[in-house]
Amino acid sequence: MNPRRKKRLFIIVSLVILLGAAIGSMLYALQQNIDLFYTPSEILEGKDLGNGKTGAKPQIGQRLRIGGMVVEGSVVRSETNLDVQFKLADTGPMVTIKYNGILPDLFREGQGIVAQGILIAFDTIEASEVLAKHDEEYMPPELAEKMKGIKHVKPKYEEGAKPAY
Amino acid sequence: MQFNSFTEVLAMGGYGAYVWSSVAIVFAVLLMLIVHSCTAKNRTLRLLRIEQERADKISQAKVANAQALFDKK
Amino acid sequence: MWKWLHPYAKAETAYNLCYRLLPYFSWLAAITLIAGSIWGLLYAPADYQQGDSFRIIYFHVPTAIWSMGAYTSMAICGMVGIVWQIKNAELAVYAIAPVGAAFTFLALVTGAVWGKPMWGAWWVWDARLTSELILLFLYLGVIALYNSFEDKRTAARAASILAIVGVVNVPIIHYSVEWWNTLHQGASITKFDKPSISPDMLWPLLLNIAGFLFILAAITCLRLANQILINDARRPWVKALVEQSSTEATSLVKGK
Repeated sequence: MNPRRKKRLFIIVSLVILLGAAIGSMLYALQQNIDLFYTPSEILEGKDLGNGKTGAKPQIGQRLRIGGMVVEGSVVRSETNLDVQFKLADTGPMVTIKYNGILPDLFREGQGIVAQGILIAFDTIEASEVLAKHDEEYMPPELAEKMKGIKHVKPKYEEGAKPAY
Repeated sequence: MQFNSFTEVLAMGGYGAYVWSSVAIVFAVLLMLIVHSCTAKNRTLRLLRIEQERADKISQAKVANAQALFDKK
Repeated sequence: MWKWLHPYAKAETAYNLCYRLLPYFSWLAAITLIAGSIWGLLYAPADYQQGDSFRIIYFHVPTAIWSMGAYTSMAICGMVGIVWQIKNAELAVYAIAPVGAAFTFLALVTGAVWGKPMWGAWWVWDARLTSELILLFLYLGVIALYNSFEDKRTAARAASILAIVGVVNVPIIHYSVEWWNTLHQGASITKFDKPSISPDMLWPLLLNIAGFLFILAAITCLRLANQILINDARRPWVKALVEQSSTEATSLVKGK
């Protein structure tokens, strides 16, 4: 390669590497605080900062995001309006979520969800948004039943209204 | 086939609006892109033709002008 | 080593090559897209969690994959154009950009339409979605930058540099689901072990992924040929083409 081309190649490659390193380190620094994301045990016990230390617990009135599994049998729906209340857990401790609104179709007991809202008591969150999270596995219902031993039925389907599959 | 009837295909288990609208938008955008790219060559050729004709006219006019000047002298 | 490539640096050869490849890409795209879409929409089984709404995957994943693939190839073309000063590579940058932008737009729209019923929101400021949106802005930036210079040589340079620098975003998109707590789930088919999607759902997806690649290639061929034509407007071979098209046009008028 002639020297001029080599120089240009060198300039471009170093530009990309520098920019990548800059963005990478910025994102790494932001990663801790980028989304104020907590799990139920982090809300009750504080974030694990590694080497045995725990960080500060979120304060009451703080806006935060929480992710966890909906505890089976914990969903309580109001008879008259869209109020719903359920418990969220990850490894053990449970946090109560209160929400008023339409839940996504994937919302089920045992399903992973992400909620955004305000901490109104040390273990209660008033959510303004509830989003369902699903994993990257796709399979037909029969296979899921065989492999995971679960029968997924959408709670929406009442008797008589048969699902299309 | 996963569906028993045409209405079931349209309904997509209750998600018909979501599934079919995304299908429609995908093919609409692809079609627009294809049409725009297929007609690009003709547009370019027409543009170049107009440019060439204009250039020809200008050079013809220049020749005529020069001829006129020459004749005057 | 690269000697065999040299003839293709010539504009006319590259132009002819584009039109020679075009029919193959078009036919392959048509066959795979039609087969994959019908298979995916009508014959693939419904998902155990998401029911039939999961069929959007057959359009969302291919457009998303090739939005990144197109960007990477655009950046490579930009680099080849700048370092080795190969004109056709610079032209290819501007040929790919609109196709990539369209794919990115489609990936975002189909993702939103899928997210609404499943997650419960059209849009979430999640790392995967945000970085894909940045990709769309990068494509639009490349197109805008190219159009904002009168001198096409400078325009191609500027657009290429933006394309190259922006390539940093591509690994960010890919790894965003691992680096951050995203709502978007992890990768299903690019995992090194077994893909986490059952085979009867995977085959139509692979067909459509191939289909979108072929259509990307076909449209890029068309647009690149057009760019070469514009760039070589003053060359005899283009003048001959123009002449030919004008005689065809007049004969058409006379025929009427």
